[in-house]
Amino acid sequence: MAIVEEERPEPAVLGAPTASEPWTSVVHEWLTTVDHKKIGIMYVVMAILFLVIGGCEAELMRLQLLVPRNTLVRADFFNQLFTLHGTTMVFFMGMPILIGMGNYLVPLMIGARDKAFPRLNALGFWSNLFGGLLVYFSFVTGGAPAIGWFGYAPLTESTFARSAATDFWALGLIVSGIGTVAAAVNFIATIAGMRAPGMSLRKIPFFTWTMLWTAVQILVALPPLTAALVMILFDRNLGTHFFDPQNGGSAILYQHIFWFFGHPEVYILILPVFGMISEIIPVFSRKVLFGYEAMAAATAAIAFISLGVWAHHMFTVGMTRFQTMFFVISSLLVSIPTGLKFFNWLATMYGGRIRMQSPMLFACGFLAMFLIGGLTGIMLAAAPMDFQLNNGYFVIGHFHWVLIGGTVFGVFAGIHYWYPKVTGRKLSERLARWQFWLLLVGFILAFGPMHISGMLGMPRRIFSYEPDRGWAIWNQLSTLGAVIQVPSFLIFVINLIWSYGHGTPAGPDPWDAWTLEWTTPSPPPEYNFEEIPTVHSRRPLWDLKHPDDPDWQYE
Amino acid sequence: MNGLLLLADDVAAVPSIFRPVSPPAESIRYLSILVFAIAAVIFLIVEGILIYCLMRFRHREASEKEPPQIYGSRPIEIAWTAAPILIVVILVLVNARTLWDVTRDPPKPKLGDNTLLVTVVGRQWWWEYRYSSYNGKPLSFVTANELHIPVSNEGVPRPVFLALQSADVYHSFWVPQLAGKTALIPGRTNIMWFQTQTTGLYVGQCAEYCGTQHANMLQRVVADTPSDFEKWLVGQGKPAADDPAVAVGRKEFLSQSCVNCHRIRGIGATGSYAPDLTHLMSRQTLASGMIPNDPEGKNLRAWIADPQEIKPGCLMPSFHLSNDQLASIVNYLRTLQ
Repeated sequence: MAIVEEERPEPAVLGAPTASEPWTSVVHEWLTTVDHKKIGIMYVVMAILFLVIGGCEAELMRLQLLVPRNTLVRADFFNQLFTLHGTTMVFFMGMPILIGMGNYLVPLMIGARDKAFPRLNALGFWSNLFGGLLVYFSFVTGGAPAIGWFGYAPLTESTFARSAATDFWALGLIVSGIGTVAAAVNFIATIAGMRAPGMSLRKIPFFTWTMLWTAVQILVALPPLTAALVMILFDRNLGTHFFDPQNGGSAILYQHIFWFFGHPEVYILILPVFGMISEIIPVFSRKVLFGYEAMAAATAAIAFISLGVWAHHMFTVGMTRFQTMFFVISSLLVSIPTGLKFFNWLATMYGGRIRMQSPMLFACGFLAMFLIGGLTGIMLAAAPMDFQLNNGYFVIGHFHWVLIGGTVFGVFAGIHYWYPKVTGRKLSERLARWQFWLLLVGFILAFGPMHISGMLGMPRRIFSYEPDRGWAIWNQLSTLGAVIQVPSFLIFVINLIWSYGHGTPAGPDPWDAWTLEWTTPSPPPEYNFEEIPTVHSRRPLWDLKHPDDPDWQYE
Repeated sequence: MNGLLLLADDVAAVPSIFRPVSPPAESIRYLSILVFAIAAVIFLIVEGILIYCLMRFRHREASEKEPPQIYGSRPIEIAWTAAPILIVVILVLVNARTLWDVTRDPPKPKLGDNTLLVTVVGRQWWWEYRYSSYNGKPLSFVTANELHIPVSNEGVPRPVFLALQSADVYHSFWVPQLAGKTALIPGRTNIMWFQTQTTGLYVGQCAEYCGTQHANMLQRVVADTPSDFEKWLVGQGKPAADDPAVAVGRKEFLSQSCVNCHRIRGIGATGSYAPDLTHLMSRQTLASGMIPNDPEGKNLRAWIADPQEIKPGCLMPSFHLSNDQLASIVNYLRTLQ
């Protein structure tokens, strides 16, 4: 199935195969390509396909929770749904879409002809795809794993998860993890070694800087997850007892390892978006990014601090008060660089000439929504409050606010911004506005009430709830919001396809932007740059367009 | 679940964290309001600036002229780093105070301390309560799913300390009106405490995903007056009722595999894997709070006939008993007051 699905983008992106070129050679070209742009596109298409699958899982869960004691889906199937939904959205939608966009853009932005290791790049993509397929392959065992996306031991031990579904899940994540680490190594090597002449690390486009730190985080965080998954497989198949407390193993150890991956992971899912927003807001405010160096320092600070906050997912496991306070303080510290970023974005807009085109619309949606996710994050970092809110619907509301209000809005801003570069045509503004407002309304309606049901005592991962708890109305609002989001995503996909053939031709630089990718034709040729450009500042195109007032005089 | 009696719709049961009846839950509510207030102020300021920028600096007509380029400002960066630092310091201090407020170490039981100590064992998918001591006197009975506690009086606190353990996977004890949640972890003992002055029923449920029927691992905490509670303690401490009128049913119960898992003190049923049934009929609900335990035994009969029908995936199978066997076992169990 997936192979066939993967072929879908080729007419859309390559252009119709010429009469002399049979379709098999087009397929062969895509299957064997090592071009960073094609690989980037395949990442994004894969992510969108998994987004549809994960979205259907979410809609099914919302329908089940429409009324108390609903019998639409079986308990066991509901548990499989939320396991797959979480796994899919984090590993096969969130990371691939960001890595894919980075893959496409980073070489173009730094004036390189490809990534440092093109074949490793292809390996990364295919590992990711096959990892995802392996996870879904678990259905051949009669059902997907029902362990939750963080697979807490000892529920993953063979005593409790008897079918091989859990093995497929662990294997799938190991395989995709190898691909992700390969991508990270490639980003670091590319950004460290392949920048255009004159582009010192202090002059790289901000998105590139955030991709660099994302790659560093992947490199630190993913291997522990892989180790934990290997230990799960050993426990299940070779008779070891890493996480089996009845034989001297430790259940709590798994949580520590998992969250040592899991918390940097949420920054892996947001840092690239910070980068996209930092590219888009300046261009659409017609002003240089305010405080580039402070922003760059804040990015590095977030990447460092995020490695020391993992146990705020574990406030209720019975840590000592001093351990608890350590993680309260480290978690709250993250809010300082994040707040600084926010203020700098607003300062960039202040005094500008703001053009409300679709990328900026989504970027403003990001600013308005991500703020709320950040504030509820402060509440969850307050350990005593977390004792009440942990593992409840408040948490579901919070992290969807961060991942949709933050990551998804930011990614949509990015896709609307760079789509003309990839295809040569702009996305329809009209459809983009419909998509934006439906998403905003549906999103607020779906996840806002979850904060309330959480404070009314509703725990997460329940397939059924009692009618006397007062949760029904909030769940019904959530389900309504989930349904409203469906046409928004449909419009997005329609827009992607329709605009490919019918969108306004974009030309090389439709937004009057300032970074190197806009010097290339749209779509860029396979070699990106005929002549490698030389840069003197963070905004090489600004220098070109304003020779009387170039940036390098001020940096 | 057709034909079963279900628990009534009673909105009074909403387990809101903003309706605390116990000091830990009250401290957390106080902290929550404070944090919400701080967040609201930040929210209004930042969204206000955003809306202002969008209204003031939005340009609909295209223009060749670029606005003045401002590259940054060190004093401004320092200012908006310092302000969040100040907020973080305040938050850390109030967090620490609340944390020390809501966590307590369990006392050694001593005579006249009015303290109830219970060991809670989480199991897929029900709660086992092993009463250890009250007011310094040791207790040694085991019950399931409904925790009875005494209320405190003015000047006489009757704190409840729970030692939380698990027999299988992670679970989490959460009755929001009494206290925040604490995990039950295999191979480990966690402690939590609460006390209340208000009699009544407090509901909650397992807050850590623990397998198929996690959603139906419901909790009920009954806060009684001290005298009612002591009466209940005495009742629970006795061995099971032995009514000769239901001797057939008792024999049937003992001859089936019920005894492999269930305990009934005094008749030789010593299973320790499933809920203790010694005083089954003193409980209000069956199946970990899913259905009422009606005195006629209608739900009890349906449950024994096929637990998988009511709680699919639960660890009790259907034994395919004949109607006569069912009737006599239900009749016997109904005498276990």
